Amino acid sequence: MSPEFLYFVETVLNGLMAGVMYSLVALGFVLIFKASGIFNFAQGVMALFAALTLVGLQTGQVPFSHLINAIFGTEIHHFGWTLPAFFAVLITLAIMVLFAYLFEAIVLKHLVNQEPIILFMATIGLAYFLEGFGDLMWGSDVKILDVGIPSGGSFWWEEVTRTWASEGSDYFGMYIDKLDVVAALVAVVLVIALTFFSKYTKMGRALRAVADDHQAAQSVGISLRTIWVLVWSISGFVALVAGIMWGAKSGVQFSLSLIALKALPVLILGGFTSIPGAIVGGLIIGVGEKLAELYVGPLVGGAIENWFAYVVALMFLLFRPQGLFGEKIIERV
Amino acid sequence: MLYREAGDFKSTYAADQQTFPIKSERYLFWAFMAVAFFVVPFFINDYWEKSILVPLLVWTMVALGINILTGYCGQVSLGTGGFMAVGAFACYKLMTGFPDLNIVFVILLSGFVTAGVGVLFGLPSLRIKGFYLAVATLAAQFFLVWMFNKFPWFYNYSASGQITAPERTVFGIAVTGASSAPWATYLICLSFVFVFAWIARNLTRGRVGRGWMAMRDMDIAAEIMGVSPFNAKLSAFAVSSFYIGIAGALFFSVYLGAAEVTEAFGIEKSFTALFMVIIGGLGSILGSFLGAAFIILFPVLLKNIMVGYLGWPTDLASHFQIMIIGGMIIFFLIVEPHGLAQLWRLTKEKLRTWPFPY
Repeated sequence: MSPEFLYFVETVLNGLMAGVMYSLVALGFVLIFKASGIFNFAQGVMALFAALTLVGLQTGQVPFSHLINAIFGTEIHHFGWTLPAFFAVLITLAIMVLFAYLFEAIVLKHLVNQEPIILFMATIGLAYFLEGFGDLMWGSDVKILDVGIPSGGSFWWEEVTRTWASEGSDYFGMYIDKLDVVAALVAVVLVIALTFFSKYTKMGRALRAVADDHQAAQSVGISLRTIWVLVWSISGFVALVAGIMWGAKSGVQFSLSLIALKALPVLILGGFTSIPGAIVGGLIIGVGEKLAELYVGPLVGGAIENWFAYVVALMFLLFRPQGLFGEKIIERV
Repeated sequence: MLYREAGDFKSTYAADQQTFPIKSERYLFWAFMAVAFFVVPFFINDYWEKSILVPLLVWTMVALGINILTGYCGQVSLGTGGFMAVGAFACYKLMTGFPDLNIVFVILLSGFVTAGVGVLFGLPSLRIKGFYLAVATLAAQFFLVWMFNKFPWFYNYSASGQITAPERTVFGIAVTGASSAPWATYLICLSFVFVFAWIARNLTRGRVGRGWMAMRDMDIAAEIMGVSPFNAKLSAFAVSSFYIGIAGALFFSVYLGAAEVTEAFGIEKSFTALFMVIIGGLGSILGSFLGAAFIILFPVLLKNIMVGYLGWPTDLASHFQIMIIGGMIIFFLIVEPHGLAQLWRLTKEKLRTWPFPY
């Protein structure tokens, strides 16, 4: 095989891996939108907050230490113990569930029946709040997240692919990050688990009922509030997974919350209401972005990753306004 | 006792339809304007100009623009930062390309350039709506910022990628550049806002504005009644971008003086603008003023309290600040989803019947 073709394959593979990472974030959006019609802008910040909490727990940081130091003039930073990753993840998960409960009780309860734009703005408010709260609690310095996921290029794969190239060409093998492979596997497991949950459990069935029709669901005795707490907890869990993956990849810092912006084109491409859409959309965007950077980027001066995904999504939208897998929009006066 | 409509008789339709139908309210408004135009310029100092009044006025302009699009026409846009950048860069290119052109015309022309760009990016609105459109306008935001960063022609090949406003004068008084006096920059911003708020108020209650509102409330019904969605949506995008472009030009030339595109016109500017109109009140001119005032003044107040009074480190204070602002946004949405303008309306109702509300 010629090196050009192998480069192409490598780009596509890496694009697919990146796409999986986008899908992880997009999944959280879709879950909440399906169940409550809320476009949750805070998903990215939730991932950041979850990752910050995880790191903080693991390394035994004192929460609000900065604030305490400023008020009482003390110098405390760490408790001096570390938690194993497994327990830290469990506690973080509990915190995300608690967060979901509080958000429902304090905010969502009062905003029932408001227009979607108002709810959307409330989640932007939440994003700001959580961002400030996370920084206040754990400090805003860049942290390293290590939960034992392998990372770095795979030498084995490099060796294998090197033999594929035609004789005499100086091809050094494909670079694939082990972390991306793990992320892809995790995403697959996550989607399968979510599908099983919504198909074969009582709660899952209630969830689908609410997604279909709020009022009908309520009239057969499904508690909307419980479902909302449940949905926000699940998306908190998805945020935690995304936070771990992205945090392990690029460190836990403010820019982690910007992955929400990466997930938006994925969403409009796949449709706001479709879980498979989030996955396929993520893959298309991931591959398209990497290929464009490789072939179109040099023509216009590079760094087009930022907006290319949006343009792709826009093109799709002009032909299918509801996204690839979204529900058909029917309008009546 | 002061706020009464008793004895305030209207004999013409025009008198009944005026912006301030109650006499005392009208007097209050003109008194306020008189203070703003003739008293404040004598007392304004550098701190008040740079951190309070000028940003307040510029952001009011932005809020007016986004309110026309989102509040009156119902098209959610997250591309405000990008459009402000268009205004700023158009202003810069015009200022450096035609040094003899008066700055007022330069700013107006930048508005027209931005209106053109806005119409272009408003085209998808004919096909998609709601959140899909909001995300589509993000494309404008990212693309425009990338473009101004990538092509050196826009910043005249300066090594730092910054644009710097040269000194320009109105009636022989410098309003841009380093040597401009606080009162001059304040007055030029105030004049722009005054004129364009007046225009916006009259646009929105005329034929055009009613078309926008019909489009916002139910687009299909509006179309059946003869409001052309093409005209209504694109004109909303054009007018809104015009305002935002002017605001961007003022922001860069009068307020900042020098700007770097990713820093000055990033995505957070788009959100800030949207916050202003939601907090102030969607579909209300007064709401644009109140929202901008809230979003600009509140952080200044918080910072003064936390850094100046409590003596906390600035990074801690800034974390608190975003947290409190986020909390306030949610609080306002819960208490009054129609914004500060609605609160003001309710207060007026109460005042009119005070002290015998029944």
